[in-house]
Amino acid sequence: MNNSLLIVIIASAIFYGTPLFFAALGGVFTERSGVLNLGVEGMMLIGGVCGAAASQHIGGSAWFTVLASIVIGMVAGAVLASLHAFLCVTLKANQTVAGLSITIFAGAVGLSSYLANVWEVAKEPTPRPINKIDVFGLADTPILGPILFNHTILTYVSWVLVVVAMWYMFRTKIGLQLRAVGESPQTADAMGISVVKYRYLHTILGGALAGLGGVFYSLAIVPTWVDGMTKGAGWIAVALVIFGFWRPDLTLLGAYLFGALQSLGTTLKARNYDIPSEILDALPFAMTIIVLVLVSTRFAHKRIGAPAALGVPYEREER
Amino acid sequence: MRSPLRLERRLEQPRWLNWAIPLLSLAAALVVGAIVLLITGKNPLDVYQRIFERGFLSVRAITGTLRTATPLAFTGLCAAAAFRLGVINIGGEGQLYVGAIGASLVGLWMGDSYPVGIVIIAMVIFGAFFGGLYATIVGVLRAQFNTNEIITSLMLNYIAAILLNYLIFNSFSYWRDPRSAGFPSGKPLEKRTYWPTFEIGGVSIPFGLLLAVAAGIFLWVLYRRSRFGFEVGIIADSPRAARYVGIRTKWTIIVVTAMSGALAGIGGSSQVGDFAHYLDAKGLQLNNFGYTGIVVAALARLNPLGALLVAVLLGGLTNAGYSLQGPDFPSGLVGTLQGLILFTAVAGEILMKYKIRPNRAARKAAVAS
Repeated sequence: MNNSLLIVIIASAIFYGTPLFFAALGGVFTERSGVLNLGVEGMMLIGGVCGAAASQHIGGSAWFTVLASIVIGMVAGAVLASLHAFLCVTLKANQTVAGLSITIFAGAVGLSSYLANVWEVAKEPTPRPINKIDVFGLADTPILGPILFNHTILTYVSWVLVVVAMWYMFRTKIGLQLRAVGESPQTADAMGISVVKYRYLHTILGGALAGLGGVFYSLAIVPTWVDGMTKGAGWIAVALVIFGFWRPDLTLLGAYLFGALQSLGTTLKARNYDIPSEILDALPFAMTIIVLVLVSTRFAHKRIGAPAALGVPYEREER
Repeated sequence: MRSPLRLERRLEQPRWLNWAIPLLSLAAALVVGAIVLLITGKNPLDVYQRIFERGFLSVRAITGTLRTATPLAFTGLCAAAAFRLGVINIGGEGQLYVGAIGASLVGLWMGDSYPVGIVIIAMVIFGAFFGGLYATIVGVLRAQFNTNEIITSLMLNYIAAILLNYLIFNSFSYWRDPRSAGFPSGKPLEKRTYWPTFEIGGVSIPFGLLLAVAAGIFLWVLYRRSRFGFEVGIIADSPRAARYVGIRTKWTIIVVTAMSGALAGIGGSSQVGDFAHYLDAKGLQLNNFGYTGIVVAALARLNPLGALLVAVLLGGLTNAGYSLQGPDFPSGLVGTLQGLILFTAVAGEILMKYKIRPNRAARKAAVAS
């Protein structure tokens, strides 16, 4: 029963959706502060390569290695994001092109590939991948086993994270101030909130989460480094922020939908379904366009609130 | 604490900034690149010297550089044309693939029967048409539904790559060589359809590069000297003002995006006609011409004529990267440098808008304490 097609699709939707969710949640934080981050793909790849390198070089117990590689991947994403924040917040650069420059700089044929070459990351599979765990020995429970009790530790972290993020964003004072900075930085500034500080911190937080998503690719999905291995996941994450209406909970659902689409090819191929694999490969990208069109029609626009100051550099009026 | 430097808005933008800022950006990128090289245990001066030698210092190097500059000029113009309107079309990569599909279709179909001149013209037109049509998806969605063109154009890049692989590797399409059973490859075009090259002092100049120069001049005249270009400028500065004075904003967005895609599409034609002479699914995807085109456009500050110049510069860098690639010149290095150039070009725009002055108040405060 646990082998039935539907169960397998749901389970792999959650598995493949997890890195999408991390990256998209990072995007939600960043964009809520009013900074557009198109560098997600680059940040994921840098996180992925640094995490994989760390996993090859750090000794100690298996748990320690995994933890250290996760932290290093997140730090790498955060460092790149702080560059983005410097461009967008301090230098008030065009946020679109700044984000693009991050992705081109760090992306599939850029720094992530260079570092992988210099550090010889791709030579061998990651010795200590992030494996799925059998929670309470319930992995074989009918239906619920594969869906709830047989994931990597990071998927469980993501479930905690979505609750924490909802609480942080909508139930705390800091969350309120964050949203104020994204909606109306002038007002926030007048209230004494530091626009610069909020934007820097949330851009960096977003980068760390993108890095975490990248680590999931290089240590959990394919436990070997391949140049450009995220294959556009970072861009799908950017779109997911919009589909999720800038809310962590809806973003999680969107991530699982796209996780399902991404894994569909592998799942169906393994079962010898006779569908051209190209159609399945193209599905997530085509769906991204279709859903994006749906949410950008005027009808939807009234109900969803993109942060009003998204993409606009904040300049205090000069005296 | 106050920062020691202060930004002061420029009241006017002197003309010399137009070339001074790109040069400064380039220098800054080389410095940051040197730091990356040092950290990873390479000698930056040595690396830069070798790039320069392999990119520019011999007849063979210059020939290779112009070869790489040709597609970059087209994708650079593609980005510049759309960015000028504020439409961030980053689909040059996919539009180039689709252009190559169109050009090779007509080249294979007409190649052995029609006069050579007509075949070449048809290849250019089909490349432009296919690339333009593909970009029109992006333009129409942006104009009609205000759909984010960055994401749609990027998704279409991935879809175009999948289409390319399908045509050559996973189907028995018209483009695939039926004799290539073991290792699938594109059907070769007739020899007579090869685009001409022109020799000057031993350097061979591909026909496609001349087309790119013509396209660059056309774009410059269109944007600087025509009513249409004037309207594009108004829409970019203020879409609302453009609507009030009765400019057909939606129509302009669609036309400019299609034109931008057509430019990348001709780049694809040139890949088939000038260099590969078949639909080279692997080779087209290897080089990231579309993404590098964005760097070209940004460093040229969206000036079409500047884009031609920058294309040669980045073509040299890319070309040197190919010929040097090996254990002590890892792949990815050129991409990193290109990314850094884009990075510093974006950062350099601040100097266009602001002067950087020492902050007197901060200095006084420091003295007082």
